[in-house]
Amino acid sequence: MTGNDLQPAGSLPPHVGDVVLRAREIEKYFGHNHVLRGVNLDVRQREAVMIIGRSGSGKTTFLRCLNFLEEPTVGWVEIDGVRADANPLGARDRGHRERVRRLRLNAGMVFQEFNLFPHMTALGNCTEAPMRVRGLDRRRAEELADRFLAKVGLADKRNEYPSRLSGGQKQRVAIARALCMEPRVLLFDEPTSALDPELIGEVLQVMEELAHEGATMIVVTHEMHFAREAADRVIFMEEGIVCEEGPPEQVLNAPEDERTRRFLRRFLNVE
Amino acid sequence: MTSAEIPASGSGPIVERIAAARRTARRLWRLEFALVWLALVLGIVWVLAATGNVDLEFVQTWTPFILGGVGFTLLVCVSSIIGAVVLALLGALGRLSANPLINGLASFYVSLVRGTPLLVQIYFVYYGLPQVGIILDALPAGILALSFNYGAYMTEIFRAGIQAVPRGQQEAAEALGMPSRLVFRRVILPQAFRIVIPAIGNEFIAMIKDSSLVSIIGLQEILWRAGTAGRPILKTIPAFLIAALFYWVLTIIFSFFQERLERRLARSDVR
Ligand SMILES: Nc1ncnc2c1ncn2[C@@H]1O[C@H](COP(=O)(O)OP(=O)(O)O)[C@@H](O)[C@H]1O
Ligand SMILES: [Mg+2]
Repeated sequence: MTGNDLQPAGSLPPHVGDVVLRAREIEKYFGHNHVLRGVNLDVRQREAVMIIGRSGSGKTTFLRCLNFLEEPTVGWVEIDGVRADANPLGARDRGHRERVRRLRLNAGMVFQEFNLFPHMTALGNCTEAPMRVRGLDRRRAEELADRFLAKVGLADKRNEYPSRLSGGQKQRVAIARALCMEPRVLLFDEPTSALDPELIGEVLQVMEELAHEGATMIVVTHEMHFAREAADRVIFMEEGIVCEEGPPEQVLNAPEDERTRRFLRRFLNVE
Repeated sequence: MTSAEIPASGSGPIVERIAAARRTARRLWRLEFALVWLALVLGIVWVLAATGNVDLEFVQTWTPFILGGVGFTLLVCVSSIIGAVVLALLGALGRLSANPLINGLASFYVSLVRGTPLLVQIYFVYYGLPQVGIILDALPAGILALSFNYGAYMTEIFRAGIQAVPRGQQEAAEALGMPSRLVFRRVILPQAFRIVIPAIGNEFIAMIKDSSLVSIIGLQEILWRAGTAGRPILKTIPAFLIAALFYWVLTIIFSFFQERLERRLARSDVR
């Protein structure tokens, strides 16, 4: 543990380890729209962090800033010792591009819309980056892919194309694809929001298992039950800042911040 | 079950009677459709005969000679479409490039080629290039000119195809740590190709006819042979009619294959 870690709010759960992801003073403007106003986050090994908040509060933008799919306007991110700073030149700076790429190797991402490669089978989706980016040989990559496809319960779908899979199956393949890079941290952006209600459970179950097995993850979600079950820490965001964070019992059951309370009241009523 | 087994008075189950009626209607439609074609073809032949343009002796003597140009026409077209695909790919990459030099070059190419007649371009390649020391035979000159011309038009097609690949595909690949070249080659390009294949088919059919223009530099394809056969004995109209018929039949054959290919693509697992 180094001196520049954030002080955790309250005591740490016993199973968490050292900090693997640091984000500091992340700000993001879209034109004049100040979407993120200085967000800080430390995530420790084996910690499951869930981000909640109303639509438009900047959750997705923040998550995408963590792996630079969105270039932050200000701030920096460090994952497993690889640090990338906000860079106004962005993609035109070769050194920056390479740093960002190495940072991404340690951050697996799962998208709301799955974004599986439609021209590759489930197996192909899972072996593509391990073979061509990590340099694994085909045998090793397929072993790994089969292991993670089995883990998400889709061993028998390895040779199917995405168009032949249900939404829940697609999202589970997408999770396996991210796991195959063996990243230090997993980023999920509302992974069940594009799913039919009856398919949500199978995806949440996989994610809950991952959390209990000690995967480090950051999840943007509207599934409060899931957050309560699987989160070590819940973060409530509004208007581009973190309003409140803490263990799920505290943030979800006894929120201190008025905005959190208002959000939960409205949200739970709607639910 | 064939329609013969369906009782005419309709004692069978209602579903089968409806299906049988549909089949009959479909057959009738096809028959009428074919009759329209037959009538139109016979009409044309009658007009030609009435105007004294059907000269069976000429047809018998010269058809094999003109037919000999089909191979040449196909050679020119196949080579040129391959060249055009390569140029269009480079052109599209150029037009999508952030680099002003590359983008400028590509847009100049497209503008120049689209703004000048194909015939002029063929002349230029065959008669103009020798003045700067580049002497090409008629065949490579014709292929070069056609490739350049079609490459420019197809640049726009390819650009649209690349842009039609959903943004999430690139993001998913980048999030896996794939460098941009790999993202393009393994994720964007295969999907863009599927999108533009029907359009390439259309261009190929257009090219079959445009390739007649290279007869002007003495390439012995269909039209050149027709002219060579007809002109000395003042039988140009029958000769060109035979040529026209060959072009038509070629395009019909390729349209047939194109339709099948498109149907297969539409049906395939891969979107
Ligand atoms: N690519 C973009 N361009 C412009 N504005 C954007 C873009 N992405 C998000 N925004 C804006 O940023 C704000 C936060 O969006 P987002 O991060 O998607 O919120 P959330 O995920 O919490 O619903 C919204 O006002 C949205 O309109
Ligand atoms: Mg969002």
